[in-house]
Amino acid sequence: MADIASLPGGNSPWRSAGRFGLYFLLISFGAYYILPLIVVLSTSFKDLDEIRNGTLLSLPAEINLESWRYAWSEACIGVSCTGLKPYFWNSVMMTIPAVLISTVLGALTGYALTKFKFRGANMVFAMILFGCFIPFQVVLLPMAQSLGFLGLANTVPGLVLVHIVYGLPFTVLFFRNYYVSIPDDLIKAATIDGAGFFTIFWRILLPLSPPIIVVTIIWQFTQIWNDFLFGASFTTGGGQPVTVALNNLVNTTTGVKRYNVDMAAALITAAPTLAVYVLAGRYFVRGLTAGSVKG
Amino acid sequence: MKTLTHKLTMTTALVSTLLLGAATAHAQPQAEVLHYWTSGGEAKAVQALKEDFEANGGKWIDAPVAGGGGDAQAAVLRSRVLSGNPPAAVQIKGPNIHEWAATGALGDLTAVGEAEGWDNVLPPLLQDIVKYDGKYVAVPVNIHRVDWIWANPEVLAKVDAEPPRTWDEFNAIADKLMAAGITPLAHGGQPWQDATIFETVALGLGGAEFFNKAFVEKDPETLKSDTMKKVFDQMRKMRGYVDADFPGRDWNLATGMVMRGEAAMQIMGDWAKGEFVAAGKKPGVDFLCIPTPSNGGYILNSDSFAMFKVTSADDNAGQELLARLILGEKFQETFNLYKGSIPARMGVNSDKFDECAVKSMIDLQASSEGGELVGSVAHEIAAAGAIRGAVLDVVTEHFNSDMTSEAAVERLAEAIELAE
Amino acid sequence: MTNSMTEKSLPAKRPLADWLRWNVAKLVVAPTFALIIFFVYGFIAWTGYVSFTKSKMLPTYSFDGIYQYVRLWKMSTWHVAMENLLVFGGLFILIAIVLGCLLAVALDQRVRAEGLLRTVYLYPMAISFIITGTAWKWILNPGLGLEKMFHSWGWESFSFDWLINSDMAIYTLVIAAVWQSSGFVMALFLAALRGVDSEIIKAAYLDGASLSRIYLVIILPTLRPVFLSSFFILAHMAVKSFDLVVALTGGGPGNSSIMPANFMYEMTFRRNQIGLGAASAMMMLATVMAIVIPYLYSELRERKHG
Repeated sequence: MADIASLPGGNSPWRSAGRFGLYFLLISFGAYYILPLIVVLSTSFKDLDEIRNGTLLSLPAEINLESWRYAWSEACIGVSCTGLKPYFWNSVMMTIPAVLISTVLGALTGYALTKFKFRGANMVFAMILFGCFIPFQVVLLPMAQSLGFLGLANTVPGLVLVHIVYGLPFTVLFFRNYYVSIPDDLIKAATIDGAGFFTIFWRILLPLSPPIIVVTIIWQFTQIWNDFLFGASFTTGGGQPVTVALNNLVNTTTGVKRYNVDMAAALITAAPTLAVYVLAGRYFVRGLTAGSVKG
Repeated sequence: MKTLTHKLTMTTALVSTLLLGAATAHAQPQAEVLHYWTSGGEAKAVQALKEDFEANGGKWIDAPVAGGGGDAQAAVLRSRVLSGNPPAAVQIKGPNIHEWAATGALGDLTAVGEAEGWDNVLPPLLQDIVKYDGKYVAVPVNIHRVDWIWANPEVLAKVDAEPPRTWDEFNAIADKLMAAGITPLAHGGQPWQDATIFETVALGLGGAEFFNKAFVEKDPETLKSDTMKKVFDQMRKMRGYVDADFPGRDWNLATGMVMRGEAAMQIMGDWAKGEFVAAGKKPGVDFLCIPTPSNGGYILNSDSFAMFKVTSADDNAGQELLARLILGEKFQETFNLYKGSIPARMGVNSDKFDECAVKSMIDLQASSEGGELVGSVAHEIAAAGAIRGAVLDVVTEHFNSDMTSEAAVERLAEAIELAE
Repeated sequence: MTNSMTEKSLPAKRPLADWLRWNVAKLVVAPTFALIIFFVYGFIAWTGYVSFTKSKMLPTYSFDGIYQYVRLWKMSTWHVAMENLLVFGGLFILIAIVLGCLLAVALDQRVRAEGLLRTVYLYPMAISFIITGTAWKWILNPGLGLEKMFHSWGWESFSFDWLINSDMAIYTLVIAAVWQSSGFVMALFLAALRGVDSEIIKAAYLDGASLSRIYLVIILPTLRPVFLSSFFILAHMAVKSFDLVVALTGGGPGNSSIMPANFMYEMTFRRNQIGLGAASAMMMLATVMAIVIPYLYSELRERKHG
């Protein structure tokens, strides 16, 4: 632990001044991070008149949960006034398989690229990594043609495939950087004992992997849950993910804006990813920590 | 287990449909409708169409994709066409209809059109939009008027202002308001809003002939003419009438400023009315709708549904039914009452419409006869995507910088040439 | 840094088993690699080809030379977009890494409520800009947000009008983007800091090294893989910045804060200029390659010898 405070000689007037500065820094940045969330939250609790009267940043006069209820179960999205409820399930159906498959593939690839390095493994890794940079807007049209060709257009499996493919560069990056730091001696010893590729993965690497698996799953879950472009382009109507439904609810071209409902809907949409970060945040850092076993 | 049962039911359903189909040879009309009217009054308007469609035995498959006046929908539509299964009916407007028709992607509605006598009930400008090669490929839903000033009468009264009839009068009123410490113009600095002001000024100062020569025929001489310079001069003045915080503001927040009396006027299409009405304001009492100064001109914006080529008999039947309903008098009335626009077909009873809508109907007729009716550039009626975009780029750049009018007209001509 | 197993270090006694083992590794990598080859490189090739055609409404495939590129570079909006990408990307990556690193070091000093603070720093990564865009717009708008708030608190001279200033709007994008991702970078660094061997630090401390020296000279150099991961995560966000622009500035005032991804989208889908959109996409990718490939090359080469 890089904990300077526990070192001898750390007690001086300078130290308490330093602590004060430290907390000042931490708290003022905390304000920077929390402000937008407060704005969104407080707006969702206001009624429309209060918003129309102009002070967008002020706190609500009273907590009004009406817009939350409305956004969840009553708001009209297109012609069906069902709120966001049914679209939630669509997102779950799409996110879970995509996250799991891309994580498994990423783990295996990362393992093969580090512990069984073949000639050109680094080149392969670099080529996979470059996939991070392809803007999704670019792949939209060829992807549409490919999905049509594969007969997967407008299906959940098609959308899952898209998310797997463009998640792979990240999952490979995470696992590869994690496995690089696991001592090769472990693998060498197992090889001498006659263990094969999958045995080593199953017996040695996987038990060491939960931390990075958590990281990868959180990352992929967030990315896929929050996706709008692919969801909008490769699904239709009742099969749309919740982000697309949110967009349909919030974005009106020439209609009247209801900011309180918009904000409540936004928070409902973000709830799963927010919950994941808040609840799993601790494992997230711990997971990343366990990854760097080095001196 | 669940999926298996599901599959079985599906198969049974399929088999029975086939059998029934073979027995009666009767198509069940169905249509997948891709649109961007997803919330508030717009969604209610579509809901009305859906109910009508279903009451007539149709099966409606809803495919809403909202966002920035169809930005997101434009991407979705292309993916659908490229993946080989376009939706049956798609909300597209203006010259984009012709561009899609040119790719051969659109179907043919001429048979329905003839049976329903569309040639007699649609204004000629709309017929031009929805016909390609003499065939109906789309149906118009409504007509929005773009060249409106929405004004707060109390604020205008503070400086004893009458509604302006010329742009000079407009400037005089605005100067008075400025002197009184009131923001004359509520405006949101987004390219399409800048262009909305721009086109009302262009029509006002140049007239319909100039307008069409510049933006429809893309005549370089007209684009660089002195009249166009005057238009940009007026835009520079308009820039001075706007408050400092305008960039990026949504149009409805600007409407709110007029409502609260923080600003006197807003130049915006008649969808702004919905915002006033939603706040419980009455037309003619709490707010005024005044056409922007022009010589009897009218800038038209119209939404429409294009019918894509589909293969199954069900889909074809669905498209025909949908087209017939959309242009039916009943739907035209209900829909446009919800939407704040006026009917696309002529001769719909105007009793239920408010005074702004009635004025819009009367003016439309008059300016159509007087040859002063033009399609909107900002809203993609007069010009297709590329040309419209080029105009928007230059207008918004001029409005947000200190570019001279001379430089602006040069840039405009150049950008339009480059866009094709 | 430990040495990875290389082919040379293998015992050459069991050629068949070895052969199989190496090929198992290749076979395992193959599906991932094949997907990437097709869906990334294949699509880049497709886009590259389309950029040499006159494609408008739909892609067409008759070759038309470099016309689209000539047109592209004549458009002033495109120049603005590319400049913005460089300014935004550079600042965003730099600030997010510095801030993330700083916050991680600060949090690593045994502070109270670390869990709470960490969550507060980290949560923005969980939410997309579709959700927070409007809030940011309000906060940064002088007439609605911070400026108005400070004025109403009596600080009349406070001025913060970047959002509505053509020259400064691009920096508001940096503020919001840093807000979203610096917490994530902080988490990456914090995790790595926790993994640093405290014995080494103690030894250095007892040798009289100052706190800042210990961090700069001893700890940070061991965090190289974290810099690599952070760079990739941030760089990909910079290049793909699209939602952010749409939500915050809409590319304005004027077109002053437009980014290449927005330009490409606008051309391809709104203005029916698929060929031009493809050309702009290729230019974007070329720019990314110019920056990323040297970095990747140096990182991965060194790793081999490290």
